[in-house]
Amino acid sequence: MFAYLVRRLFLMLVTLFGISVVIFFLLRIVPGNIVDILFAAAGYVDPADKAELEKQLGIDQPLAVQYLHWIGGLLRGDFGYSYVSEKPALQEILPRIPITARLAGLALLFSASIGIPLGVISAVKQGTRLDYVLRVVSLSGLSLPSFWLGLLILTASVAMFGQMPIFNPNPKTWLEAFATYAVPAAAVGFRSAALTMRITRSSMLEVLRQDYIRTARAKGASDAAVNYHHALKNAILPVITVIGIEAAFLIGGLIVTETVFNIPGVARFLVEAIRWRDYPIVQNLVMFIAVVVVFANFTVDMLYAVFDPRIRYTD
Amino acid sequence: MRSVWALAAMAALSVLTASTATLAGEPKQGGILRMYHRDSPANASILEGATYSINIPFMGVFNNLLIYDQHIAQNSPDTLRPDLAESWSWSSDNKKLTFKLRQGVKWHDGKPFTSADVKCTFDLLMGKSQQKLRQNPRKAWYNEVNEVTTSGELEVSFDLKRPQPSLLAMLASGYTPIYPCHVSPADMRTHPIGTGPFKFVEFKANESIKLTRNPDYWKKGLPHLDGVEYTIITNRSTAILAFVAGKFDMTFPTHITIPLLKDIKSQAPNAVCVVEPTNVSTNIIVNSTSAPFDNIDIRRAMSLALDRKAFVDILFEGQADIGGTMLPPPQGIWGMPKDKLETIPGYGRDVKANREEAKKLMQKAGYGPDKHLAVKVSTRNLAEYRDPAVILIDQLKSIYIDGELDVVETANWFPKVARKDYMLGLNLTGSSVDDPDQSFYENYSCGSERNYTNYCNREIEKLVDVQSQETDVSKRKPLVWDIDKKLQEDVARPIIFHARAGTCWQPYVKGVTIMSNSSYNGFRYEDVWLDK
Repeated sequence: MFAYLVRRLFLMLVTLFGISVVIFFLLRIVPGNIVDILFAAAGYVDPADKAELEKQLGIDQPLAVQYLHWIGGLLRGDFGYSYVSEKPALQEILPRIPITARLAGLALLFSASIGIPLGVISAVKQGTRLDYVLRVVSLSGLSLPSFWLGLLILTASVAMFGQMPIFNPNPKTWLEAFATYAVPAAAVGFRSAALTMRITRSSMLEVLRQDYIRTARAKGASDAAVNYHHALKNAILPVITVIGIEAAFLIGGLIVTETVFNIPGVARFLVEAIRWRDYPIVQNLVMFIAVVVVFANFTVDMLYAVFDPRIRYTD
Repeated sequence: MRSVWALAAMAALSVLTASTATLAGEPKQGGILRMYHRDSPANASILEGATYSINIPFMGVFNNLLIYDQHIAQNSPDTLRPDLAESWSWSSDNKKLTFKLRQGVKWHDGKPFTSADVKCTFDLLMGKSQQKLRQNPRKAWYNEVNEVTTSGELEVSFDLKRPQPSLLAMLASGYTPIYPCHVSPADMRTHPIGTGPFKFVEFKANESIKLTRNPDYWKKGLPHLDGVEYTIITNRSTAILAFVAGKFDMTFPTHITIPLLKDIKSQAPNAVCVVEPTNVSTNIIVNSTSAPFDNIDIRRAMSLALDRKAFVDILFEGQADIGGTMLPPPQGIWGMPKDKLETIPGYGRDVKANREEAKKLMQKAGYGPDKHLAVKVSTRNLAEYRDPAVILIDQLKSIYIDGELDVVETANWFPKVARKDYMLGLNLTGSSVDDPDQSFYENYSCGSERNYTNYCNREIEKLVDVQSQETDVSKRKPLVWDIDKKLQEDVARPIIFHARAGTCWQPYVKGVTIMSNSSYNGFRYEDVWLDK
């Protein structure tokens, strides 16, 4: 197990190195840089001023030098400065992480707490009206884009209640604090819940047809014991995989939701940083997301062993 | 006796009415003005900015030497008011402009304001100081200024190479705040220090901008507000919904399109909304350095093919203005009168006749029903650029020109234009002051950085200099009109229309005036108040 862990950690480092190279060079392939954008806003390009500014920011250096400068800085804990705000990149990124983490966490909670039970019910009640209704709901969840659902929620809130659940950095009441995250989390978690439900349902159906389930029923085990103790426990592995992938996806995939609900999280910040070609912010943020994704995958792999005793990582 | 009682009752009633009116109109102190901001500005330094995204939130932090009256919608030479300067005077040869400065003004950090600060600001703008602005988009405004000199702590003079009455207009723009000597340009980008009614509190990129009342403001009793807070909301739908829901007291100025204005009025019927020209023209830039637009006949044909009214009807439901380079009257001070405008080819009301003439010019150049001219119409990837570009392509079809839309990312737009890597381009040009000098020198002068088409006409150049030195507005106007007419006839940069946009606020917001001939000069907000 220890050797496996070491091997996985080494592979993670290799993956992160590869990602850093890809991020760095892909960003430079995109036409235009921060200086072009600053001058675009001014409506003119002064070659001398442009060259001076590029020199100040270090983007006149060869790409390899810029890359080494960035990676060297990362290893020393120096994340550089935002080209736009001229503040330390870490100071810009750190306060936004908890906001997105809360939103993603709540969305995942919504996804798991709604998706898994409904998936189980749908599987157990296969072919009934309830099953059809739940399948339609899950299909609609997969089909409705979260930005559309978000806007719909906002419009309906204003029309029906004259209120709007957009981000409030200083909520006065518990309800306000809850609304700040719960509504957007529900908007984004609806799709995720639908996916979780479908995976749970199909996985459950497969397990429910197994011999040991029939044996358990023959031995007189109750429906609840069969469904939740025997079937769900064995059907949960693919669901964990999907939730793991969703967790990774959510960190970067909240861009639209954060924009619609005006939540100052990392996802919206990343889009703005890309728009400005703010390399230090984009590189460090994407690396952060990459780290989260890699660790999420690693955690899912480790969870397999916990949930399925048959899986043991041996040398 | 009855009449005496009646008179007394009327007198009492009138006193009561008058006092009630006074109470209703008397500004109340306190409250935070909450607005949304359409985007996250690059920084907080107005001198380095070229977008009103910076002016609007930060104009209240500063003072100018002089300023346009904040309660008169139309900026004009008659609405210039003293600000940090108590008065100003021209020398007899109109080549020296002297300002007497206000005494006892302090920067937000407590240091005294002096003439040295004025000199520092303009040395910075003219590129004469040790410190440099990261960007200096309005350096050309001061081309005619030799130097700025001080005489004691409360007097400063601008020595000019030649008379330029327009200098006052540029000094009054929201783009010309006075910066402190003792704060570096880099610090001004992140934490601006001014003398204005509001102090900078914080600017969180993509999140919010906060200003608080300056208790030591040199105008006693002002500002009325305790502060101004901008929440940055880039999604227009979310922002407008939030305004409708009462989360904001005011929309971002001139951010509401005409179709969206209808939505707001239907959802928030009590909201006060105004529509004003933004002094931003939508125009065509033509690459006349290479074929086929090096041919003046094709350029003229293209100009004749424009149905400007159709643009205005489609995009603004009829609420935009047709004019030349200068914003047309009545909001514009210098725009051509309608009768003169309609004598310019392509501006006549008979679009069909114009297009017939255009077709003849195209046939003369070798194109016709069997041989169309294929062109790329380049534009920025923003709705206000793309939408008119699509209409332009449609209209050009009527004169054998097949246009293909070439959408260019914002970051690449100006480099592309500067490289002359386009045939036809659809562009927007904003004028920060309604003044011919700013517009003509910036956009049409030989060698100007913003003269994208490299239009260079020495005859026009001389005429621009003549109008620039004319101190009598009534004599200057005809000169300006003649230049503008000639520019349109030369197809230098055909103007399609001048946009209008809406601003809304809640009925309890008082003292807001949206400028009608500039989007850059009316955001001091020192006497805005909340009737709550």
